[in-house]
Amino acid sequence: MSDEPTSFVFDAEAEANIAKILPRYPAGKQASAVIPLLYQVQYQMGRQTGSAWVPRVAMDMVAERLGMAPIRVYEVASFYFMFNLKKMGRYHLQVCGTTPCWLRGSDDVLRACKDAGGLKGYGDSSADGLFTLSEVECMGACVNAPMLCIDEDYHEDLNYERTVALIEALKSGERPAPGSSIGRQTSAPEGGPIVLVEG
Amino acid sequence: MALHDKDRIFTNLYGTKPWNLAAAQMRGDWDGTAAIIQKGRDWIVNEMKESGLRGRGGAGFPTGMKWSFMPKATDGRPCYLVVNADESEPGTCKDRDIIRHDPHKLIEGCLIAGSAMGASAGYIYIRGEYAHEAKILQAAIDEAYGAGLLGKNAAGSGYDYELYVHRGAGAYICGEETALIESLEGKKGMPRMKPPFPAAVGLYGCPTTVNNVETIAVAPTILRRGASWFAGFGRAKNSGTKIFCLQGHVNKPCNVEEEMSIPLRELIDRHAGGVRGGWDNLLAVIPGGSSTPMIPKSVCDDVLMDFDALREHKTGLGTAGVIVMDKSTDLIKAIQRLSAFYKHESCGQCTPCREGMGWVNRVMLRMVEGRAEVSEIDVLEQVTRQIEGHTICALADGGVWPVQGLIRHFRPMMEERIAAYSAAHAVMAAE
Repeated sequence: MSDEPTSFVFDAEAEANIAKILPRYPAGKQASAVIPLLYQVQYQMGRQTGSAWVPRVAMDMVAERLGMAPIRVYEVASFYFMFNLKKMGRYHLQVCGTTPCWLRGSDDVLRACKDAGGLKGYGDSSADGLFTLSEVECMGACVNAPMLCIDEDYHEDLNYERTVALIEALKSGERPAPGSSIGRQTSAPEGGPIVLVEG
Repeated sequence: MALHDKDRIFTNLYGTKPWNLAAAQMRGDWDGTAAIIQKGRDWIVNEMKESGLRGRGGAGFPTGMKWSFMPKATDGRPCYLVVNADESEPGTCKDRDIIRHDPHKLIEGCLIAGSAMGASAGYIYIRGEYAHEAKILQAAIDEAYGAGLLGKNAAGSGYDYELYVHRGAGAYICGEETALIESLEGKKGMPRMKPPFPAAVGLYGCPTTVNNVETIAVAPTILRRGASWFAGFGRAKNSGTKIFCLQGHVNKPCNVEEEMSIPLRELIDRHAGGVRGGWDNLLAVIPGGSSTPMIPKSVCDDVLMDFDALREHKTGLGTAGVIVMDKSTDLIKAIQRLSAFYKHESCGQCTPCREGMGWVNRVMLRMVEGRAEVSEIDVLEQVTRQIEGHTICALADGGVWPVQGLIRHFRPMMEERIAAYSAAHAVMAAE
C-alpha cells in the first residue's frame, strides 16, 4: 500500500511518554502497554504527517519494544475501533449515531458533516485531505446529545447549523473549544443546575 | 420528597467548582481517610454490606459481599482492584462526570476499597474516548501522590497502595469484567469463562475485584457518614442515592443524583423539565441503559426507579440511563439501531452472539420497513431466546432484551407496519 511508510521510529515526545507508561505494569507484564504504545504511534503520526493512524511498520516496532509477536499487536490494533489502520484526513469527524443521539437529531449532524465537509458518507475522506467521516457508537455524552467528536474533542448539544459552523471553523484553521454548543454547564439542565444550589 | 443537597454525594457533579485536590478537600474528600483504613478490612466490608450498596455498573451485585470474596490471606500473589471506567452502555454518561468533576472521590475510594480487599495496586480502566477525562484523572492521581495520599503509607494510613490509569481504545465489550482484564493484559477484549471468577484468578492470574466507578466513588462518603445514613434512602434492598442520566425526548436532558426508588415520572418531571409535549405524549422509556427492555407509558406512570421494581416489569435499573421516547418516535427503528450497536460490538468469540446479533439486526431492518411476514415476529422472538443464555458473557443477553421488550409491548405496532407495507406493495403489484 502506497501510504505505508518504510520505517517508524518513536520521536522524543513519544519516548518521554513511553518512559512513564511502562513502569505502570509489573515486571514481565509489559504486553499491558500495547494499547498505550499504539496510541503513541497514532499521536506521533498525527504530529509528523497530519494524519493520525497506525502503519504496519509501527506495529512491528511496538511488538519489538514489548517483546510480543507482531501478530499479537496486529490483532489488538484491529480489534479496537479507535486505532486507524489507514491514512486519515487531518480532522476525524466522528458522529455518534446510537439511539440516544439519534433520538435527538444525529441524522442532522451527519447531514451537516456531509454538506460542509464535502463528504459522501461514512468512511469517506474529503478530497482536500482535511476530513475523514466515521460513525461511532455511543460515546457516553447522552444527556448532551447529539454530539460530534472531532479527534478527541466532544462537541455537544448540536444541530445542523451549529455543526456546519464547527466544520467551517476547522476549515478556516480554528480549533473550536469542546463542550456544549449552546453554553450549557456540562451535564446540568439547560438554564443551569436546579440541584446543588442550596447554601 | 426530593433529595436534599446535603445528602448528595457528588456535590460537584456539574463541574461548577474545580476538580483539584484543594477544592475536593473543601468538599470533604480525603477527610479522615487513614482512620477509616485503620478500622480494618472487616469493619469496612461489614459497613459496606450494612449500607446496602449494590454495584452501580448495571448488574446490581451487593458491593460489600463482592469485596468479601477476596482472599483474606495472601498466597504470595498480589491482589488487585480494577475500576471499570469503560462507560459504554448506550444512555450512560454518569462516570464521565465523576471522573472529570470529582476525581478525588474515585481516587480516595480506590485506596479505601483496595485496603479492604488487601490489594496492593489498582488500575482504573477508562474508555479510550474519554481522553480529556483520562488526563484529568491522571493529573488528580499525580496530585494525590504529591500529597502523600497514594504510594507508601498512603494518606498516613500505614497502607501501601499504587494507582494507575489505563485507557482502552474503543470496544464496548471491555465493560464486561473479564474482557476488561484481558484488555488490560494487552489482548483483545474477549470475555473469559467463569469460573474461575476474578476474585480467585483475575488480572495477571491474581485475585482481582472489578467495580464500577460510581460504586467505588460513593464508598468514602458512605464510610464517613455511616451505613445507616446511606441505607436510609430508597426502599429496602435498593438503598442509597444514584446518578440518573435523563435523556431523549425530555425538555431538559441532564444528569442528576437522586434517591433510589424515586418514581420515574417524578424524576423526569422534576429534573428534566418533563416529557417533550407533556406526559401524555410519552410513548415508552428504556429505563436503565440500552440493554434494559423498554416499558410503555402505562408502566412508566407509576413505576419506581430501583432494581426490584423494574425487575417486576421484566426490565432493570441497569446503569440508570433513562432514554425517553415520545409519540413521534419510530420505536422499531430506535430498537433496530440498538441491534446494530450490539452487532458492531460483539467480540465474535461465541457463535450465537457473532451470528445472532447480525441476524437480529437484518430482521429488524426489515421490520423497520415492514418488509416481513407477521409470523416472522414469532421467529425473531424465538431466535432471541436461543441466543440468550448461550454465550460466555452477557453482551448477547443485553443485545436481545431490547428486541424482546419491543415485541412484548409493541407487537401491534410491528404488525401494523407489516400490514401497511404489504398493502402498499399489493397495490403496486396490481397496477
